[in-house]
Amino acid sequence: MSVNISKKAIEPIRTNFAYTERRVGKRPATRYQEATYDVQPTCGFHYRPVYDPSRELFDESRTAIVMEDWYAFMDPRQFYYTPYVTTRANQQEVMEKNLSMIEKQELLSTVPEALKQLVRDVVIPLRHVEYAANMNNQHIADQGYGASITGVAAFCGFDHIAMSQYISKLALALDDNEDNGLIAAREAWMDSPDWQPLRALIEEVFVVDDWFETLVAQDIVLDGLLHPLIFGHFMKEVTAKGGIPIAMMTAFMNDWYPETIRWTNHLVKVTAKESDANNALLAEWTKKWVAKAEEALKPVAELAFGDAGAEHLDSVKKELIGRLSKQGLKV
Amino acid sequence: MAVKKRLNMRKRYELLTRGLAWEPSYQPREKVFPYEDFEGIKITDWDKWEDPFRLTADSYWKYQAEKDKKLYAVMDSFAQNDGFLNVSDASYINALKIFIQGVSPLEYQAHRGFAHLARQFAGEGAQIACQMQSIDELRHIQTQIHTISNYNKYFTGMHDPFHMHDRVWYLSVPKSFMDDARTAGPFEFITSISFSFEYLLTNLLFVPFMSGAAHNGDMSTVTFGFSAQSDESRHMTLGLGIIKFLLEQHEDNVPIVQKWMDKHFWRSYRLLGIVSAMQDYMLTESPLSWKEGWKIYFEDNAGALFNDLSRYGIKMPKFHEVATAEADHLSHQVYSVFYAFSHAAGFQTTVPSAKKMDWLSEKYPDTFDKYYRPRWEMWAEMEKEGKRFFNGGLPLDCQVCQIPMVFTDVVNGNPMKPTHRVSEYKGDKYHTCSDGCRDIFENEPEKYVQALVPPQQIFQGNCGGETIPDVLNWYHFAADDGGEYHGSTDEKNWKKWHGEQSDSGSQEKA
Repeated sequence: MSVNISKKAIEPIRTNFAYTERRVGKRPATRYQEATYDVQPTCGFHYRPVYDPSRELFDESRTAIVMEDWYAFMDPRQFYYTPYVTTRANQQEVMEKNLSMIEKQELLSTVPEALKQLVRDVVIPLRHVEYAANMNNQHIADQGYGASITGVAAFCGFDHIAMSQYISKLALALDDNEDNGLIAAREAWMDSPDWQPLRALIEEVFVVDDWFETLVAQDIVLDGLLHPLIFGHFMKEVTAKGGIPIAMMTAFMNDWYPETIRWTNHLVKVTAKESDANNALLAEWTKKWVAKAEEALKPVAELAFGDAGAEHLDSVKKELIGRLSKQGLKV
Repeated sequence: MAVKKRLNMRKRYELLTRGLAWEPSYQPREKVFPYEDFEGIKITDWDKWEDPFRLTADSYWKYQAEKDKKLYAVMDSFAQNDGFLNVSDASYINALKIFIQGVSPLEYQAHRGFAHLARQFAGEGAQIACQMQSIDELRHIQTQIHTISNYNKYFTGMHDPFHMHDRVWYLSVPKSFMDDARTAGPFEFITSISFSFEYLLTNLLFVPFMSGAAHNGDMSTVTFGFSAQSDESRHMTLGLGIIKFLLEQHEDNVPIVQKWMDKHFWRSYRLLGIVSAMQDYMLTESPLSWKEGWKIYFEDNAGALFNDLSRYGIKMPKFHEVATAEADHLSHQVYSVFYAFSHAAGFQTTVPSAKKMDWLSEKYPDTFDKYYRPRWEMWAEMEKEGKRFFNGGLPLDCQVCQIPMVFTDVVNGNPMKPTHRVSEYKGDKYHTCSDGCRDIFENEPEKYVQALVPPQQIFQGNCGGETIPDVLNWYHFAADDGGEYHGSTDEKNWKKWHGEQSDSGSQEKA
């Protein structure tokens, strides 16, 4: 039986907010668009920051990249808060199931001890790298211009802190909830020659002032090399050597990376297309940081792959450069 | 296999989070954390920071996703069922206009401000607490936009809130408040926003809007309000936590923190003047008067709090007794400004109904009938004669809080005597509304001389032109956004939707 619910039709007086109508016209804006377009203040700033008096509170000149319209970039994933946390909560559910199965079946006990040790040496110190990646993304969320970029940077930073916690969980799982793995990894991070070039590089990224350069160094270059190197190539080897449960505990990273490069690819594309000057600057930054990161990652690659380290590193570098050229970047 | 150690939540959180940070050695610390020292705050040990939430990233996602699922379900059903038809009266919607124009943009600024702290604080516990708050604030502005989006389709004044917030005269009150905190150093910012505003005074903002919404049948706003409240309780914990942390780190911090508390208490209080007007006059049904709220949420709660903080040598914020004395007058004085200038506002005002005036007499027995009712009756009379009162001039605004000069010497028993103050700085005169704002000005004149005080900006031709219509156009105000509520587009539509006869001009509403 069909039910006919009669409803008095009430004509709306408008379809959109004016600020979304200026962007998308009369057709109804999406929630992503409402939450993002032109939400950041652009003028009428009452006071200069006491810590940065040469600039306004929101100031396009905090980067040398010049955009006619900073909302030319919109996130292809259309992340605003709710889809962001919902997507991540769903991923976390899978991670939780993995973890619970690993614990219940004591799957880690099947992993050879030498392999466990290799993972402790190669993967656990990365929790500090993920922590630093968060700080760099908070810098972008703080100093950046345009809600469409700063919002995704805030989420990206949150993802990195989550990944540092996933790595910490892995460390605890490998050591029956004792913290010796965490402590050893921290000592390696602070003192081992294998990790010092990377730590020096990361501290150098901390002091980059131009937020867009931070984004290139951290989100495009460093993540673009390190994530495929470790969570791609290295985990493949770990899996092959009997470390499936370890790969399961870092499965989040495998989904995260291809998703995240969707927005960084698009950002590069839109920004490089804007002007030759932008393209040249992005290319310069990319080259500079690829060279530095390649040097810094060499000992890490060796730690992970032995003599084959250079080869793996070269392969992820080629992949990164190829991907960025596809976006129109002249590298 | 070894026996697995059991970890409680606290230990687990600590292991997952603590020890992530390190002392930089390849770059000087002062380059990595350049804003750590210049305010004079001394941090000897970031590890003493007590994480207020102990939420790992994965549990955060889970809780928040669950909350948002419920919130958006309510929002969707509200929109589908034309829920806006069930609010008490279209005049109530004016409170929402003030909210989206004046409050929501502050949430965005808070999002960016907490990102700044998440980068600049040197301890990982503090960083993570701040970054969670940063995206919480993003959640708040976005859920507010999405809730108001439906109202915007049916009512005036909500169509361009972010453009308005950057420009409109009365919105410079909230904007300058937040700009003030955001342009300060990181420790002053967190004292301002997390402690003075969120810990001390947030209930005075939240309760009027949210229980106001509940009393006026606005279930959509109630839902986002309550959903935000669970975040707010985390933020309040952070607010108190950071203050105790600063006070415990070094005794030299105490006078600095006290000065910030004094300043931002008064800044927040003045900002809440707008809320008081909304609460007492713009809500069709008011659940609680400003004065009652002040008694519960400031006098009683803050009294206990400052008792607790006195062991650090912290005193009640300066001029708190002025604020308490003004509770009998504040909303009446501020709403009269809104009434007189609403031809230049993005919301409508009207003389309170007879029923409302009786409520005000009951809630303000010492002041309403004596000082304010006569003026409303005069304005009602003028409206009846077709001469609805609007002030055609431009007000003189306070250099600090940017509210027009309406405040009086209530604390000394002279409610008819203005408390207008004048200070001199580098040969120029600057006007403030009260001793509280004068103090703030004179402590940092180099900051407050920069303020873009709206009437001056208009006179200088920085606001779209020389005439009022030019300025309103620059604000993106449509002709029917402001003015008198009776006869407004909102009232006409409301009556049409409810099958009532339009009776513009009448000011009695049941």
